Amino acid sequence: MSDLKRQIIVQLNLKDLKPEDIGDDQPLFVEGLGLDSIDALELIVLLQQEYKIKLSNAEDGPKVFQSVRTMAEYITAHQAQKE
Amino acid sequence: MNNYQDKRLLTEKYIIASCSIRDSVIYKNGKAVFEEKGDPISGFLDKAYQYFNTRYPKFYKMDNLSKLGLLATEILLNENFIAGNYQSDEMGIVLMNASASLDTDIKYYKTVSDIASPALFVYTLPNIVIGEICIRNNFKGENAFFVFKQFDATFMAQYVNNLFDNNLIKGCICGWLELLEENYKAVLLLVEKQQGNQSLVFTEENINKIYRIDNG
Repeated sequence: MSDLKRQIIVQLNLKDLKPEDIGDDQPLFVEGLGLDSIDALELIVLLQQEYKIKLSNAEDGPKVFQSVRTMAEYITAHQAQKE
Repeated sequence: MNNYQDKRLLTEKYIIASCSIRDSVIYKNGKAVFEEKGDPISGFLDKAYQYFNTRYPKFYKMDNLSKLGLLATEILLNENFIAGNYQSDEMGIVLMNASASLDTDIKYYKTVSDIASPALFVYTLPNIVIGEICIRNNFKGENAFFVFKQFDATFMAQYVNNLFDNNLIKGCICGWLELLEENYKAVLLLVEKQQGNQSLVFTEENINKIYRIDNG
């Protein structure tokens, strides 16, 4: 999950944060990390660029991007499907 | 004193403060307040942001034009602006430059061949910097961004005076905000109806004077 946190920081230009500043279960949006709707689109781009995963159903977004842990679980599940 | 002169005095506005940023140096009212040579524009702006201890969570996500405008405004307003003197819809912003948002347009275009960047796309209009300044300062007044080949003090004076004279604004941030790759110049003025210490009357001549001095 540390790699994923680093990728999120780079993708979203969160230069004032370090990976250890982001909790595994910390909400990414609103009261948590404070990300906004443009950041959500950038997270979708991150999944495509880094993991070749296309979020096919937009309604999955809130669940997938709830926290770094839910993102990591989504990525792991997709990678397992590919193998 | 005739009626015309009476009216002119009543409607006179004053340049309360100026901030310019060029060649890796930031000037407040003509005096250098920050210098960091040798960095590209993005590094210079980030270092200035840290130096002035500015706190705006979106800063690092913004494009360079917005960073330049936000920083110049922060320094312009610091110690020269009392937010409580104005309702949020009484502060206007009028900016102009030559390259619009071309710097970010080019960066965005380069991403299109792969996966278009949403974060870059939202900055592909020059007036977005005005939005960032408004959000930061809770300004909701009249605003406009004009694209000219070069700074036009005549137009700026007329446009801003017109906003004041029609009671659309009571204070204004105006000036030149140009950025394309590593070439950048910002010269912003704070204009108010009340005369301040060492303020100049907001005239075309004085705007040009500050622009020339602050702009090298």
